[in-house]
Amino acid sequence: MKLKTFAAFVGPSLFLMCLFIAAPLVNVIWQSFHITQPIMETVAVETVTPGFLTSTVTVEKVTRPVLDEKGQVKTETRFVGLQSYRNVMASEKVAALLEGGAWGEILKIDFYKALRFTLTFTLITWPLVIAFGLAVALAVNAAVKAIRGPVIFVSLLPFIITPVIGALSIRWLFVGDGIMTAFLEWWLERDIAMFAQGWTIEVLMLFYRIWHVVPFVFVVFYAGLQTVNMDTLESAIIDGASRWERLRYVVVPHLMPLIVFISLIHLMDSYRVFDEIVGFTSQGHVISLQWLTYDFLTPDDSGNRAISRAAASSMLTMIGIVILLIAPMRRTWAQHKGGQL
Amino acid sequence: MSTPKALRPSPALRLASNGFLAFWCLLAAFPLCWIAVMSFKVPVDAFASNPFSVLFGPETRAAGKGLSICDLLLGLGALWAAFRLATQRLPSAVVWYSPPRYRWLGWIIGVLVFGLAVVVVFYGILPALSRVINPWLGPLGKPLIGLTLEHYRAVWVENAFYRNFLNSLLVTTGVVTISLTVGTLAGYGLARSGSTLAFWLLVVALIFRALPHSVLVTGYLPVFIKSAEILRPIFGDAAPTLYGKPWAVIFVLVSINQPFTLWMLRSFFQNIPRELDEAARVDGCTHFQAFRRVIMPVMWPGVITAGLFSFLVGYNDYLTTSLLLDAQNMTMVPAITSYFNAETTMTDQVEAVAAAVSITAPLFLLVMVFQRQIVGGLTAGAVKG
Repeated sequence: MKLKTFAAFVGPSLFLMCLFIAAPLVNVIWQSFHITQPIMETVAVETVTPGFLTSTVTVEKVTRPVLDEKGQVKTETRFVGLQSYRNVMASEKVAALLEGGAWGEILKIDFYKALRFTLTFTLITWPLVIAFGLAVALAVNAAVKAIRGPVIFVSLLPFIITPVIGALSIRWLFVGDGIMTAFLEWWLERDIAMFAQGWTIEVLMLFYRIWHVVPFVFVVFYAGLQTVNMDTLESAIIDGASRWERLRYVVVPHLMPLIVFISLIHLMDSYRVFDEIVGFTSQGHVISLQWLTYDFLTPDDSGNRAISRAAASSMLTMIGIVILLIAPMRRTWAQHKGGQL
Repeated sequence: MSTPKALRPSPALRLASNGFLAFWCLLAAFPLCWIAVMSFKVPVDAFASNPFSVLFGPETRAAGKGLSICDLLLGLGALWAAFRLATQRLPSAVVWYSPPRYRWLGWIIGVLVFGLAVVVVFYGILPALSRVINPWLGPLGKPLIGLTLEHYRAVWVENAFYRNFLNSLLVTTGVVTISLTVGTLAGYGLARSGSTLAFWLLVVALIFRALPHSVLVTGYLPVFIKSAEILRPIFGDAAPTLYGKPWAVIFVLVSINQPFTLWMLRSFFQNIPRELDEAARVDGCTHFQAFRRVIMPVMWPGVITAGLFSFLVGYNDYLTTSLLLDAQNMTMVPAITSYFNAETTMTDQVEAVAAAVSITAPLFLLVMVFQRQIVGGLTAGAVKG
């Protein structure tokens, strides 16, 4: 295919990606080093109050925004360097806390709270999702043919559902004296309030995410299991390998490229954790990095959006995902070079 | 092919495996089924701690809203008839009435007519019928299971949820159409060009896929709010403010989803034999003619799959739509969070449940109809690379 034809085919898609992915990215980088503020001026305002014999004159200094000829507030954009980053990371506060030796206090600052949750969330769900997905795939593979279709249908439901709604549906089982809370109270014989402290909400979020992702992992592994080499399996049996050894030395190595692929996708997606925060309304206790940016972007009480801070926090989020993805990306790259993909 | 005897699991293992499977199915379906049950009950029943009160709804029954045995029989009968019609009569009717070239149009009309008929029967005819029959059936006509549609009425009629539904419809239709048009062309180009450039484009697309959406929205938001000012030199006074415009959001969602669509469609096109378009080229077609006449007729399974995933992106998105749309253009998913402000009552909660079930219902149908394509799409990127 000639370059010109190739360009004609790929052009529209490339144009969209440049305009709506690459350009905003550049804009975010620029925004994170600049700040836009209304220009303020301080004026002395003389107030004269009529009184008996003499009037009372008070002079007050008032700070107010400068208006242009249309009556709009004038704004100026200036370069502030790393100021926004320092604001988001609360660097002075952290330095003070480090000197004081109060390490635990750092995790109460928004950014570190979000970072801690996002990372633990990603790293805890990752092995669980793979193990559980593999277990379901093996179970379906061993089941009779007739029930596989219905099982796949039911399994797809948690995956296809709107994430916010999925989180809500689990929250409604536990909220107040919902049936699951009532069941847990009866079972453990103690009072339980799932939404009163951070860690129980986190457990629910982990549960939700695993519930949501397992169908995808299961379907991919199930497809992979269909291509396991039967001869290898049989020779493993002849060599006296137990069921567990066959799984460990034949099936899992066969599925390895898929495991890397799923890890890559899962790390990308779970690092973006956001819908759970909305669904469980957990912002009082637990927040994630994406939610932090979202919060900066939502207008506050006076209608202002903290764009520069949002830009700084999204840049930090991006640096995080790059660090997280280096290892699986290199693995995929090696596979590509080795011709496995 | 039967499994070799040595590979067959022992009875204990088979029991454990099937038990685990049953547990997983219960886990997968339970939350969704449960909220569907909750949405038909009055608030006291819906959030009761005893599961049987949620299932049978004593308070709902006490309020005189419920189904008698006769209603249940009627309803089940109608449901069965509807199912039979949908699976057996509908396909043959569509094939019979629509000319072969416009079969897809026939399907759309057939499904719409069928859906309308179902709504009319279940919400219009059956309730009227049961009102007539129940009084003179005696004990058989007494309500047995509490059931009320009041929350659905409140959500759809009083809170005008249909407006959000129409917005969702607009956004998802836009996302699916544009994303497929742009994506198939690019996917085909990428699959057929073996150049290094194509390879690097795919790598860049993969990196773009990793970007958290909040990063991109941070890039759009200030520009979209001020876009009238920025675009004035080009468009004059007709320069639009992009903030709050559904079509701006459509383009944003299409672009965010473009990397994924590219990868998926590329792997589908790679499965279409190269010989097919080479033969067309030998016969004197240009690349575009080959694509139009030879590839387009055979690419639909892949395109349907990619369309399904684009649909999910447009339909399920919360972050982008809630930040870039204003209140009057809000889609369904962000609109549901308006039920959770400070002064939420129990009734609001159940209305939110009803709204959530309404949002889930189309997705449920989607899995039912397109299960095979969804499974194919999930494995496409992974197994074939």
